[in-house]
Amino acid sequence: MDLTAAVFLQAASAVAALVLMSAGLALIFGMMRVINLAHGEFLMLGGYATILAYGQGLNLWLAALVVAPLVVGAIGCIVERLLIRHLYDRRTDTLLATWGLSLFLIGLVTTLFGNTTRGVSAPLGAIAIGDYSMAAYELALIGFAVAVVALLYLGLARTRAGLVARATMQNPDMAEALGTDRSRVYAVTFTVGAALSGLAGGLLAPLSGVVPTIGAAYMAKAFITVIAGGAAAVGGTVAASGLLGSINSAASFFVNPVIGEVALLLSAIVLLRLLPEGISGHFFRTGV
Amino acid sequence: MRDWLGHGIVVAVGIALLVLLPAQAQLYTIINATIWTAMATLALSLGLVWGYGGILCLGQTAFFGLGGYAYAVAAINLGNSTWAVPLAIATPAVFAAALGYFLFYGRLGDVYLGIVTLTVSLILFKLTNSTSGPEYTIGSARLGGANGMPKTPFLNAPFDPAVLLSPDTIFRVVLGALLLCYLFCLWLLHSRFGHVTLAIRENQQRVELLGYDARRHKLLLFVIGGAIAGVAGIGFANSAFISPALFSLATTAQVIIWVIVGGLGTLFGPILGAVVVQALMSWLGTLAQVHPALSRLDPNLVLGAALILFVLLLPRGLWPAVTSLAGRLRRGPGR
Repeated sequence: MDLTAAVFLQAASAVAALVLMSAGLALIFGMMRVINLAHGEFLMLGGYATILAYGQGLNLWLAALVVAPLVVGAIGCIVERLLIRHLYDRRTDTLLATWGLSLFLIGLVTTLFGNTTRGVSAPLGAIAIGDYSMAAYELALIGFAVAVVALLYLGLARTRAGLVARATMQNPDMAEALGTDRSRVYAVTFTVGAALSGLAGGLLAPLSGVVPTIGAAYMAKAFITVIAGGAAAVGGTVAASGLLGSINSAASFFVNPVIGEVALLLSAIVLLRLLPEGISGHFFRTGV
Repeated sequence: MRDWLGHGIVVAVGIALLVLLPAQAQLYTIINATIWTAMATLALSLGLVWGYGGILCLGQTAFFGLGGYAYAVAAINLGNSTWAVPLAIATPAVFAAALGYFLFYGRLGDVYLGIVTLTVSLILFKLTNSTSGPEYTIGSARLGGANGMPKTPFLNAPFDPAVLLSPDTIFRVVLGALLLCYLFCLWLLHSRFGHVTLAIRENQQRVELLGYDARRHKLLLFVIGGAIAGVAGIGFANSAFISPALFSLATTAQVIIWVIVGGLGTLFGPILGAVVVQALMSWLGTLAQVHPALSRLDPNLVLGAALILFVLLLPRGLWPAVTSLAGRLRRGPGR
């Protein structure tokens, strides 16, 4: 019984980590069709912002929940203005340019802060589930993932800004004819996506530590989740995270964590052979 | 006509290097030149698949690494490189066929295809990194995890394992292989298959309506690209050493940068890009001696900036710029 509960909670926290990792990317990809290969580095910058702010004596929660999204959102805003804006409608070029950005950011952070791992210990301690114990912080992550999904859903489905963003995505010309400033919508969407990535990077930093190249570890998982999820930013991401996160923790539990990651990536490839449009392309076409 | 002149010059320069360089250069230079040549072969394979097939394969290093590992494992087990070479070409080719089936018959879009191939090479990176224990052996070859496989036997004379090739000869073999691959690509692109492949890149739907099977053509091109990347892997195994870094994101990114910098949609561009960028990187490495502050400069910073600048300002790459300039000069001004 305790074992079942512990395994279930492990799986839930793996799913939560995937949701957090992919949310910002899913928003940018789902709304703008922009593949941002520097996504992993946005997470990395969020981690650095958190740990540096914490090192300055700031409260860890304040650092992860406020400083990280603000810093990375600002960086995202600059990147959109200098780079992404010039490459709309050139998907392959965007992908290559953001890869260049990814390398550039890795190089910049390595030059500034050195190539060493930094970390903070996760707050909240451990809780006991019968004979097993689990970091309470991982449970808190589940709560944060639920909150991020809820906010994203409400923001896109229930607010005027979300309506405008969705309209611009579905039919940019018509939205412009009705008086929407398309490039401003894209700029805001990209900034919000970057801020979400920063938040995720900050929240995940106590679990994994940060090193300039950590983005690579996040990137593959986040991308494969978003692509397996398909176009619907919220529904697709949640469905894909749920499926892939469960496969990951099952394989980690029965074999080892490396096979867990491999199983996640392989099952996503098989899934894309069966459903090339992703999960949301088949099961819930409309909505967010 | 002009095209053939360009290809002729490229092959002539290649043969001249093959004949002259080993006699003139020191051992260190020859080994470095072998590494660069192997990398140029890898760039050529991506240039073929991406530039002519329109297949955005971000994980070409998967085939490169598989070729290198297959060579090392087979050469250690057989004690003879004669059969290790065809095995190291066949392994990535078969792997490319299996992966390509999922990609092309699943009809994944270009960008999706890029992400999936990238993911595959990261999977291989993780897998090979986790093979450090003594239980991970294939025959008598230990995979060695993150430390790689240090004792890879060099090429020997065909069917005679007692005669190991000297570094000079290995350089000649690797460069000769690159030239052969180049000529093979040239022949392939001028064959019927090549024309159909180019047509698919331009307009897949139209070619399919004319009755060609685009998926099969792309798959075959992908497999050929995988095999050439395997050739590159053999060259690398004979000049540097085999480790999971072959599959790493950094290697993957470099190959993409070589192709973009040199010129997408040409055969020589990727080779040129590989040489130019690697020369730039080793020059950057020497900058630390000029001023100690420069030693903190991370190469990724320069690579990333170069990639961004080329995509924004010179998306066609160096080689097309050079050839169009040469063409304009030859025709003279005012025409």
